[in-house]
Amino acid sequence: MAKKINSPLEKKSAGLRPVTKKNLVTLGIVTVFYVLFQTLSSLGVLKNAYQSLLVPICYSVIMAVSLNLVVGVLGELSIGHAGFMCVGAYCGAFFSVVTKNSFEIGWLRFLIAMIIGAVAAAIAGFLIGIPVLRLKGDYLAIVTLAFGEIIKSVVNVLYIGRDDAGFHIAMDSAKVGLQEGGVMILNGPQGITGTPRNSNFTVGFILVMLTLIIVTNLMDSRTGRAVMSLRDNRIAAESIGVNVTKYKLTAFVISAAIAGVAGVLYAHNLNALTANTNNFGYNMSIMILVYVVLGGLGSIRGSVIAAALLYSLPEIFRGVGQYRMLLYAIVLIVMMIVNNGAFFVQYKEKLKHRIRGGRKEAA
Amino acid sequence: MKFLSQLISGISLGSIYALIALGYTMVYGIAKMLNFAHGDVIMVGAFVVYTACVKGGMNPVLGVLLAIVFCTVLGVCIERLAYKPLRQAASLAVLITAIGVSYLLQNLALLIFKSDTKQFSSVVMIKPVTVAGLTVSGEIIATIIVSVVIMVALTLFVNKTKPGKAMRAVSEDKGAAQLMGINVNGIISLTFAIGSALAAIAGALMCSTYPALSPYTGAMPGIKAFVAAVFGGIGSIPGAMVGGVLLGVIENLSKGYISSQLSDAIVFAVLILVLLIKPTGIMGKKMTEKV
Amino acid sequence: MSLLEIKDLGIVFGGLHAVEGFNLTLEKGELYGLIGPNGAGKTTVFNLLTGVYKPTSGEFYLDGVKMNGKKPVEISKAGIARTFQNIRLFGKLSVLDNVKIGLHNQMKYGTLTGLLRLPKYFSTERRMNEKAIELLSVFELDGDADTLASNLPYGKQRKLEIARAMATAPKLLLLDEPAAGMNPNETNELMQTIRLIRDKFDLTILLIEHDMSLVSGICENITVLNFGTELAKGPTAEVLRDPEVIKAYLGN
Repeated sequence: MAKKINSPLEKKSAGLRPVTKKNLVTLGIVTVFYVLFQTLSSLGVLKNAYQSLLVPICYSVIMAVSLNLVVGVLGELSIGHAGFMCVGAYCGAFFSVVTKNSFEIGWLRFLIAMIIGAVAAAIAGFLIGIPVLRLKGDYLAIVTLAFGEIIKSVVNVLYIGRDDAGFHIAMDSAKVGLQEGGVMILNGPQGITGTPRNSNFTVGFILVMLTLIIVTNLMDSRTGRAVMSLRDNRIAAESIGVNVTKYKLTAFVISAAIAGVAGVLYAHNLNALTANTNNFGYNMSIMILVYVVLGGLGSIRGSVIAAALLYSLPEIFRGVGQYRMLLYAIVLIVMMIVNNGAFFVQYKEKLKHRIRGGRKEAA
Repeated sequence: MKFLSQLISGISLGSIYALIALGYTMVYGIAKMLNFAHGDVIMVGAFVVYTACVKGGMNPVLGVLLAIVFCTVLGVCIERLAYKPLRQAASLAVLITAIGVSYLLQNLALLIFKSDTKQFSSVVMIKPVTVAGLTVSGEIIATIIVSVVIMVALTLFVNKTKPGKAMRAVSEDKGAAQLMGINVNGIISLTFAIGSALAAIAGALMCSTYPALSPYTGAMPGIKAFVAAVFGGIGSIPGAMVGGVLLGVIENLSKGYISSQLSDAIVFAVLILVLLIKPTGIMGKKMTEKV
Repeated sequence: MSLLEIKDLGIVFGGLHAVEGFNLTLEKGELYGLIGPNGAGKTTVFNLLTGVYKPTSGEFYLDGVKMNGKKPVEISKAGIARTFQNIRLFGKLSVLDNVKIGLHNQMKYGTLTGLLRLPKYFSTERRMNEKAIELLSVFELDGDADTLASNLPYGKQRKLEIARAMATAPKLLLLDEPAAGMNPNETNELMQTIRLIRDKFDLTILLIEHDMSLVSGICENITVLNFGTELAKGPTAEVLRDPEVIKAYLGN
């Protein structure tokens, strides 16, 4: 009896809790994949088409993990997450283009661009979070979608140029009023061109690892537990003194900042940055949501695997040509029904029961 | 004069949004799900009309009737095959399935009709009318008349007929409705049927006024109609009508007077403002949580 | 000074006086019962005392400090904790984590400390774990520390809710039907535990209960509510013999 009481205490005090072990496994899986694909591509075995998938896989994974923080950990449905990625991408790329010629150390400039992207997205997350998080359920979802679309629309009508007199901002290309020799940096629907291509698989890998560490550390801390208590039962959480607004906002802002970094990675992987429905609109937001739901709400490892697989599958099956997106849609529907449908859930329970029963008999 | 003509075409656009929003809101009220594929049913409806009338030379009225029948069957099939197995599942699972159905419809259309934009020709045979120097196109007149007729009919249906009352009962309390002997599955199918039929009509009217058709045509109006439904208070039928018309008017006026590129952003901003003042929309019911 | 002083507390929901003119004074260490037929307004009193509802009339004081109008979080910090009639646990979290969330305002460190795993994180977490296990062992739940709260059997869930409330180091504990759904043996055990925590943690307890054996077993005094107003008040045994009270329970 005494042993029964002591053992959990000992285990808890040892520091390395089961949660931590689980997270180490996730980090290990990511590292193995990185080493594997980095070796393959340096040996020249990996086709160019596949090599170009590596960075996109990284930002998809980061986006999925970051959205999981809002949808799975905080328990609020957001369908405008690409908006924060957009803010990060534009702010980071803007900084890099402006300082391209004056800043000698490339990696440091890239690092600063990332910090700028993260901070800008965090501020956007804070400003949007205050009104949004007062709403509930589907209303909250539609407002996040609305904000995402607003961000996308606004960057498409923004013109910023620079000349000897400094920066000029306008909502109309004719009104920017640049002097001779001035350069347009952000050119409305044409976006930002000439961003240095600093992103590569290694940077992507480091950012994925950082994201995982931040999110899993958060979940296994006082703040993370408070956030999850809001998800599981808001009224009970309030009754034991958890500040609802503060922790909702904390989760939302951290998630937005991470999405901002994903945006910076995205922007520095391309020469020309533009905002449309597929990269920063609701299509992207919904695609990431699909990764999160299929990977499992609140499961960080699930998000990583689902995002990596689901991003690369349609690309790998380009051979099937036109049918690949059709297949994707069918696979998606079938997976949801098999995973959640009443018939299949019951069947799985029965199967589990039988396997367990079988094992007991064998023992 | 400019204002008046902007207003009228805004009401016409808003009527189309309202027709789509009705489908969203009815399905939400009955099945408590966001049917993200609803926008794509509009596109399917428009393609049926396109194939029948523009390619096949069918009489426009028959073409629209064909589209209505086609979409009704499609809507019921989608509900039976994709959503019904998930009746007890988490709402997020249903949402993702609806997104899957949306991808499916878009990509089927892409395979059959390719991605290039088709020139749609109007199914409306009414001539433009000029009153006191203001010319209103036949499409606008037809859209407004059709929408008003449908809304009146739908309101009467829901309030006066037996299936309509059953529908309201199911949306109040599914379990209790079942105990009262209402065929809940039948009512849900009926709701999808009506919603999809309205989407077909909306598709034909929309493509007559804005004659460009592609597999992605339904996506943005679908989202806007969803916004309209939330705007009016999702689940509320009069809310969807009011929300739809208001949304169309706001969109058209901001296109005319502020910026055509920012009109979507303005529409969304107004939605956010409305929800901040009234968190469940203009006519939505207040949600209370029992402790 | 009394620990809790409720003066003329009341709330109106759309014309219905759910609770009206409620008065109660609790001394430190008291174990007080609140009984009454279904719909009498007992849980509403709890919701008023914890800030879930704002009273439309009257006021209440904890240790002489005015509490009405404060938010649930402030009231929790001031020292009132509760359990819920329909159990409200953090179902997807472990039993241990449920109690650790109860310690939220007792042992603190910032978000950044947690993210960066600074030394304070480890020391605080260790103390939290120890404290949580200690509380769990009072309710004999320490063996289930790693179980998901939603996977616990019903009786243990009720106990876990009390343990979680205890973690906030309350001065006043409100228990809403703690014995609901328990068999006589479990109820008996629970009675012992409630007495034990009252003595061990220097608590004042106000409880709602339908199980009269539990009420007469541990409550020194009780109030009977009916239709939102006080029907009787006083020493338990006396009140339960009151013909008016019997009538309220059994009808005419």
